[in-house]
Amino acid sequence: MAEISRKLPGGRVLEPHILLYLDGVTVSFDGFKALDSLSLVLEEGELRTIIGPNGAGKTTMMDVITGKTRPDAGTVLFRGGIDLLALDETAIARLGIGRKFQKPTVFDRLTVEENLELATQGGWGLGRLLLGRLEGEGRERVERTLETVGLAELRGEEAGRLSHGQRQWLEIGMLLVQEPRLVLLDEPVAGMSDAETAKTAELIRSLEGRHTLVVVEHDMHFVRELGAKVTVLHEGRVLAEGPVEAVQADPAVVEVYLGRS
Amino acid sequence: MVEARNGRPLLLLLAVGGAILLVPVLNRLVPEGSPFHLEDRLVPRFGKYLAYAVLAVALDLVWGRAGILSLGHGAFFALGGYAMGMYLMRQIGPRGVYAHPVLPDFMVFLNWQELPWYWYGFDRFPFALLMVVLVPGTLAFLFGWLAFRSRVSGVYLSIITQALTFALMLAFFRNDMGFGGNNGLTDFKDILGFPITSPDTRLALYLATGVLLLVALAIAVHLRRSPLGRLLVAIRDGEARARFLGHDTLRAKLFVWTLSAVLAGLAGALYVPQVGIINPSEFSPAASIEIAIWVAVGGRDTILGPVLGAFLVNGLKTWLTGAAPELWLFVLGGLFVAVTLVLPNGIVGLAAALRGRPKRPAAAEPAVGGAEVARG
Amino acid sequence: MRRLFLFLMLLAALAPQPVRGEDETAVRDAFATLAAGNLDAMEPAIGVIARSGVAWAEPVLRALLDGRLLARQADRALFLRTPEGTVLEAESGTPAAVEARTLRPVRINNRLRRALEAALGSLTLASPDRAVRLAAAEKLFTRPDLSALEPLERALAREADGAVREAFARARAAILVEHGPPAARAEAASLLASAASPAVLGKLQAAKRALPADADPALAEALDAAVARVETRLRLLEFAQTFFQGLSLGSVLLLAAIGLAVTFGVMGVINMAHGEMVMLGAYATWAVQEAFRAFLPGALDWSLLAALPAAFLLAGAAGWAIERSVISRLYGRPLETLLATFGISLVLQQAVRLGIGATNREVVTPSWMSGLVEPVPGLALTMNRVVIVLFALAVFLLLVALIRGTRLGLEIRAVTQNRRMAETMGIRTPRVDALTFALGSGIAGIGGVALAQIDNVSPNLGQAYIVDSFIVVVFGGVGNLWGTFLGAMTLGVVNKLLEPVAGAVLGKILVLVALILFIQRRPQGLFALRGRAAEA
Repeated sequence: MAEISRKLPGGRVLEPHILLYLDGVTVSFDGFKALDSLSLVLEEGELRTIIGPNGAGKTTMMDVITGKTRPDAGTVLFRGGIDLLALDETAIARLGIGRKFQKPTVFDRLTVEENLELATQGGWGLGRLLLGRLEGEGRERVERTLETVGLAELRGEEAGRLSHGQRQWLEIGMLLVQEPRLVLLDEPVAGMSDAETAKTAELIRSLEGRHTLVVVEHDMHFVRELGAKVTVLHEGRVLAEGPVEAVQADPAVVEVYLGRS
Repeated sequence: MVEARNGRPLLLLLAVGGAILLVPVLNRLVPEGSPFHLEDRLVPRFGKYLAYAVLAVALDLVWGRAGILSLGHGAFFALGGYAMGMYLMRQIGPRGVYAHPVLPDFMVFLNWQELPWYWYGFDRFPFALLMVVLVPGTLAFLFGWLAFRSRVSGVYLSIITQALTFALMLAFFRNDMGFGGNNGLTDFKDILGFPITSPDTRLALYLATGVLLLVALAIAVHLRRSPLGRLLVAIRDGEARARFLGHDTLRAKLFVWTLSAVLAGLAGALYVPQVGIINPSEFSPAASIEIAIWVAVGGRDTILGPVLGAFLVNGLKTWLTGAAPELWLFVLGGLFVAVTLVLPNGIVGLAAALRGRPKRPAAAEPAVGGAEVARG
Repeated sequence: MRRLFLFLMLLAALAPQPVRGEDETAVRDAFATLAAGNLDAMEPAIGVIARSGVAWAEPVLRALLDGRLLARQADRALFLRTPEGTVLEAESGTPAAVEARTLRPVRINNRLRRALEAALGSLTLASPDRAVRLAAAEKLFTRPDLSALEPLERALAREADGAVREAFARARAAILVEHGPPAARAEAASLLASAASPAVLGKLQAAKRALPADADPALAEALDAAVARVETRLRLLEFAQTFFQGLSLGSVLLLAAIGLAVTFGVMGVINMAHGEMVMLGAYATWAVQEAFRAFLPGALDWSLLAALPAAFLLAGAAGWAIERSVISRLYGRPLETLLATFGISLVLQQAVRLGIGATNREVVTPSWMSGLVEPVPGLALTMNRVVIVLFALAVFLLLVALIRGTRLGLEIRAVTQNRRMAETMGIRTPRVDALTFALGSGIAGIGGVALAQIDNVSPNLGQAYIVDSFIVVVFGGVGNLWGTFLGAMTLGVVNKLLEPVAGAVLGKILVLVALILFIQRRPQGLFALRGRAAEA
C-alpha cells in the first residue's frame, strides 16, 4: 500500500521516496487563517527544521499532520498515497507519525521504563494489555532507546522526578521507541540549559537517516547546530526554504525576523 | 503506586483475607460469654461493610486509576441489588401477606393481575446472577461508550453520571415501574432454600462477600501490574498523549468502566440479602457521592485504601448515627473538606509518608475537566 | 272587598313610583294571580310582572323564588317575609301590621322556579348597580332563556357602560345561537367565537347538535366554523398557558443556575454547595420578613425588596468564604473541588437544620404579588409567577451588563478565556476568582428570594434545584451566559410541555435521558467557545 503512487491535483505523481506531502492546506479559526494554502514536501530520512515567528502556523501545521485539526481545504498524503485527512489521531499515530509537544507530556507517575514500555505497547489489543508482558523485540527496543537517549541509569525513576532536559529526552525516546516513519518535534530545547541543548542537538543528529524528523524551533543557535534544511513559515505560508546559511541571508526572512537572533 | 511498586500485593491480600476471617472466628470460636465474642446480629453489619468495600474498590478502579470520577456508581450497585431483590421476592412465593402464588405483595396491592415480563426468570438463581452482572454491565457499557466516544471527561462526566443515577431514582420511585416504588423490595424469606435471617445463612453471605472482596482486590492488583493499569494511569494524567502513543483509550476506559460497574453490581447483590431491603434511595446522588469519600479517606489508587475507607467511614456512620445523629452530617461534610484539603492521598498515603517515604501531592488532574474540544 | 281593591288602586296611583308598562291593570291582575296560587296561571303572570318594570316586581319575584312571598286569601294582598322573619307589605316595603295566621306562603313548582330565575335575570339587567348588571348578563350567558331576550335587548339599547354592553351582547348572542331565528344564529355564533372559552365552545357545540337535520347548510357551516375558531383559540391559549409555566420554571432554573454558570465558566470548578447559596438566600428572605413583622409591620409588603440586598450579601459572603478557605486551595483539581464543596453543602444544610429548624418556614406573598393578571382574555397568569419571570430577566440582563460593562466583568471574561494569559497581563486571578465566586453565590442568594415565594423554605431547598442547575449549565455551554439563559428556558418549557403527555416524573426522566444523549452529541453544550479559547 505504501508503494502505491497516486495522481495528484496537478497531474503529477507522488514519487515513492517522498514521505509527507502537503498541498494547499488551509485552516481558519473564526475567520483567522492559521494556514493559508500551505505546501510542504518531506523526503524519506530527511531532517527538516521549521522556523517562523509566533502565529506563523507551525503548531497548526503539526495539528493537521497528526489529525488533531481538520483543514478547510488541501491535500495531506503520507508514504506515497495514504490520505491522512481521512484518518483520526489514533490511526495516524499507528501509521508511524510521532509527535513531541512543546509542553513535556511524559507521564509523571510512571517510571522512565514504564513510560517507554507504554509507548512501545501502542496498538496492543485489550487482551494483550491485560494479560501480556513486553518481551522479545519490543523489550530490546526499550533497552536500545534507553541507551540512545541516555536514561538507562534512571530507568526505575518516576518521570516526575527527572530534570527538565531529561524529561524532554524521555519524551523523544517515547517517540523513537515506536520506530516511527516521521517524528515531529515541537521546540525540543525550549527551556534547556546550553549543555542540554548541545546534547539534544547531538541526539537529533544521530537519528538522521534512521528516522525522518521535523523540528520546529525558535532557537536559531540550535537550528544552526542541527545544520539541516530549513523551512521558514510566515502567516501560514512558506516564506523561504533551503540550507541554514541561505535562509538566513534571505532578505524576506531577515525582514520577518528583524530583531530576532 | 507506592504499594504496587514496592509492596507485596500477595501479602496484602492475605492480610485482608485474615481480617475477613476475624468475624467468623469471633462469632463462632470465641465463647458467648467472652468480651471478644461477636453477636450473631452484628455479622450482617460487617457483611454490609464488606459489600461497601467492594463498591469502593470498584470506584477506585475508575477514579483512582483512570481518573474517571463517577458520581453514579450507586446506580450500578442498586441495579445489582434490585436483580438480587427480584430473585428473593420470587422466592417468597405464596408466603406473602396476600398469599398470591406468584405475584409479590406489592403487585397484589396495586391490583396487578400478571407478573410483568421483566420479572420472568428471576425465580431461578443462575438467571438472577446473570442479570446481576448483565444489567449494570450493559448499562455501564452503553453509557460509557456514548460518553467516552464523545470524549466527555472530568466534571462533565461526573455530572452526567449524577444525572443518570438521579433519573434512575425517579424511575424506581414510580409504582408502575414494577419494582415496588417507594418501599422497594423487602420481606425476603430465604435464599437458595436457606432461611435468610438464620445465623448460618448470614455467616455464609458474609463469607461470600469476603470472597468477592478478595476477588475484586486480586483484579485490582493484577490490573495495576498489567500494561493496561499503566495505560489507565497515562489516560488519567494525559489522555490525548496516550492516544498519540497509539493506544485506543476509549476501549481501555470502557473496559475498566464496565468491569467496575459489574463489581459494583455484584456488591449490591450481596448487600441486599444481608440488609434485607433494597429501595430507590440507593440511587440517590448523595449516596453515590458518599462512595467517593470512602475511597478518598482510605487513599485513591491504592489497594488497601478503598477497603479501609469503606470500613472506617461506615463504622463511624453506624456509631455516630446512634450516638449523636445530628453530628453525623457535620462529620461527613467535614471529611469531604478535610480529606481533599489536607489528606489528598488518604490514610494509606499518610501511612506511607509517616514511614518516611515522602509522597508528592496527588498528580494534578487536567486543569479544566470537560470535553476535549477539537480546534476549529 | 271591591272597595278595598279600589282603595289599593288609589294607593297605587299615589305611589311615588307609578306603574309603568303596557297595561296597568294587567300588571295588577298578574300580582293578584300570584296571590291566588294557581300554578298554571302563574307562569304568564311572572312574565307580565318581569316586563312591567315596577319597582316592587323584583323583591316580589325574588321572595316568591325563595318561598318568602305570603298572600292574604281574603284580599289577595301580597306580603314579604324578610329572612329575619319580619313581614313587609309587598308594594311599599314597609312593615305590615297583619296577623301571621291569616297569611299563607305562595308555593311554586320547578317549572315556575325556572321561569322565575329567568325573569329575575332580566329584571336585574336594569339594576343601577353595574356589578349586578354584569352578573345578570353572565347568568343569562350561561343559562340562555328566550324570554329574557326582549328585556336584554332593551337593556342593551340603554346601556352606556362599554364592558356591560359587551357582556349584554354576548349574552344576547348566547340566547340567539340556541333559540334565535336561523338568520340570527350564524351571526351570533361568530360573535360568540370572538371570545374563546370552554363555555363558549360548549354553547356552540350544543347549538350545532340542536340544529334540525333539515336546517340551512350555510348555518351549519357557520356553526362549524365558529366551533373550529374557538377550538383553535382555546388550543392556543392552552399552549400559551403551558408555555408560560415553562418560562416560569425556566426563570427559576435560570436564577438557580446562572451563578453556577459564572463560576464554572471562570474557574472550571463545580460548586456543589451552590444550591445551599440559594437556600441561604431564601432563609435571608424569611429572616428579613420576620424582622419587618417585629419592627415595621406596616411595611411588611415591602420586606421582599429589603430581602434582596440581604440575600445577596449573605450568600455572597458565604461564597467568598468558601472560595478563600477551600476552593482556592484546590486549584487545578476540579474533581476534588467538587467533593469538597459537596461536603460544605452537607455542613451548611445541617447547620441550618439545627440552628433554625428542620421544618418549613413560611414566606408570605406580598399583596402586590398575589392575584391573577390576564394579558389576553382567557389567559390568566398568577401574578407571583409573572413577577418572577420579569425578575429573572432583570437579574440576567443586569449580570450581562456587569460582565460586559465593568472592569470586573472584563477581568472575568479575560480569565474565562485564557487564565494564563490573563495572569501575564497583570490580572490578579485569585482576586477575580474570589470576587467571581462571591458574585455567583450572591446571585444564587437573590434566586433564593424568588424561590422563597414559590417553594418551601427548608434546609433541603437547594438540593431540589442543584441537579437541574448543572443540567442547565452543561446544556447551555460553559462560559456563555446566553447559552445558560436559553438552556434554562428550553429545559423549563420542554419540561412543562412533556408533563401533560408523560407525567411530571416521567417527563423529568425523559429530559435527563435526552440531556445525557445531548451531551454526547455536543459535549460543548449548545454554545461552545470555539478556537484556541476552548482549549484553555
